[in-house]
Amino acid sequence: MCLGIPGEIVELMAGRDDFAMVSVAGVKRAVNIGLLEDEELKAGDWILIHVGFALSKIDEEEAAGAIRMLEGMGQAYTDELIALAQSDLSS
Amino acid sequence: MRFVDEFRDAEKARMLSARIAALCEPGRRYKFMEVCGGHTHTIYKHGLEDYLPETVSLVHGPGCPVCVIPMGRVDDAIAIAEQPDVIMTTFGDMMRVPGGRGSFFDSNAAGADIRMVYSPLDSLKVARQNPDKRVVFMAIGMETTAPSTAMTVLRAAAEGLDNFSIFCNHVTIIPAIKAILDSPDMRLDGFIGPGHVSTVVGCRPYEYVSRDYGKPLVCAGFEPLDILQSVYQLMLQVHEGRCEVENQYSRVVPWNGNAKALRVISEVMELRPYFEWRGLGFISQSALQVREKYAVHDAERIFSVPGVRVADPKACQCGEVLKGVLRPWECKVFGTACTPETPIGTCMVSSEGACAAYYNFGRFTRERVKEATRS
Repeated sequence: MCLGIPGEIVELMAGRDDFAMVSVAGVKRAVNIGLLEDEELKAGDWILIHVGFALSKIDEEEAAGAIRMLEGMGQAYTDELIALAQSDLSS
Repeated sequence: MRFVDEFRDAEKARMLSARIAALCEPGRRYKFMEVCGGHTHTIYKHGLEDYLPETVSLVHGPGCPVCVIPMGRVDDAIAIAEQPDVIMTTFGDMMRVPGGRGSFFDSNAAGADIRMVYSPLDSLKVARQNPDKRVVFMAIGMETTAPSTAMTVLRAAAEGLDNFSIFCNHVTIIPAIKAILDSPDMRLDGFIGPGHVSTVVGCRPYEYVSRDYGKPLVCAGFEPLDILQSVYQLMLQVHEGRCEVENQYSRVVPWNGNAKALRVISEVMELRPYFEWRGLGFISQSALQVREKYAVHDAERIFSVPGVRVADPKACQCGEVLKGVLRPWECKVFGTACTPETPIGTCMVSSEGACAAYYNFGRFTRERVKEATRS
């Protein structure tokens, strides 16, 4: 729950201001970007995701570091990714 | 120093370690608290204490929301889950947290409809799909997850989903740090400030720590080097007689936080007069409740909540661990009666709890270091 997972924005969703399609660990998921309305987000940007919501915009280097770190965590990260994969937030 | 190979930049780690050692004054001991459970995890995972001089110690704080939830609140949540037509939804972390009458897992096995979700938005979806059920989201977490809960309540309100409510257990970190500073049995030289919580609240709310208590605080990232760098910054402040709030994690944490996130929290929630924290007791204005305006989405107003208060099991010393008074392995039941599979206390449940982190990683690192120094 407390893990911040980096994802790369693939595309902003047409007609849905508050959602973007985001690639997380190679899987495309809808993520709520409503908390980042002060940022100008575009495809290729990296965000830090908490429980389905983007909480901050980060740069690619930070994302790579955070992913390495999470991969080193083992089960806790695996569990979080499984939970994320089972969730569909877009509707 | 063999584990330094795991680091992104081994040379930097060695350099920081040496710089920290150089700042130690002879005969003086230094104690810093890392507030956040994520930091505890990194410290044990990478054996960071072994890179610090013996006179510099890190103690673990109350920054794991699963760990600080009192048993009575778990019982209250289960009481709600057991009412007719209720679907309780919760993050996976909460499932094994023991209450006085068992955990969510136990209640689920006994017939209550309790479902794990990844996001409060999943819970909202359950509410949409089950219009004849009352869907409750067990909202927990500090300022990191509170904005997501608030956004979800706003969405429910906009859609008129009156069968969706939250059982609000969100806590705020500032009063808890204050309670620790006021605690007579705790003498600290400074704090490693939270990372993700600070993305929301920023660094300014910590200014009282330096202003009123004369202690330095450095908001830190989660990589091993971030933590060593933060300890170095704390040591430098102590050495130079300064006490300031510094932001080591500025690549993610804005000084003023996330304005939108703070706005939605305050739209939906307000401070409770007081809330019980496991180990710290009742702390005034340390948690959030749903505002009257969103009463229809507030499980505490909809259901009769027993409001039970349950004393922690006698054997459990989570309270002392959460205050940094005891190290995990000093607890009487650590690793024997209390393990991640059969936790007695909350610190053993969450992967970010100090006991679980030490059980899973720390003790092996210590053993390896002992072996390495023997040979």
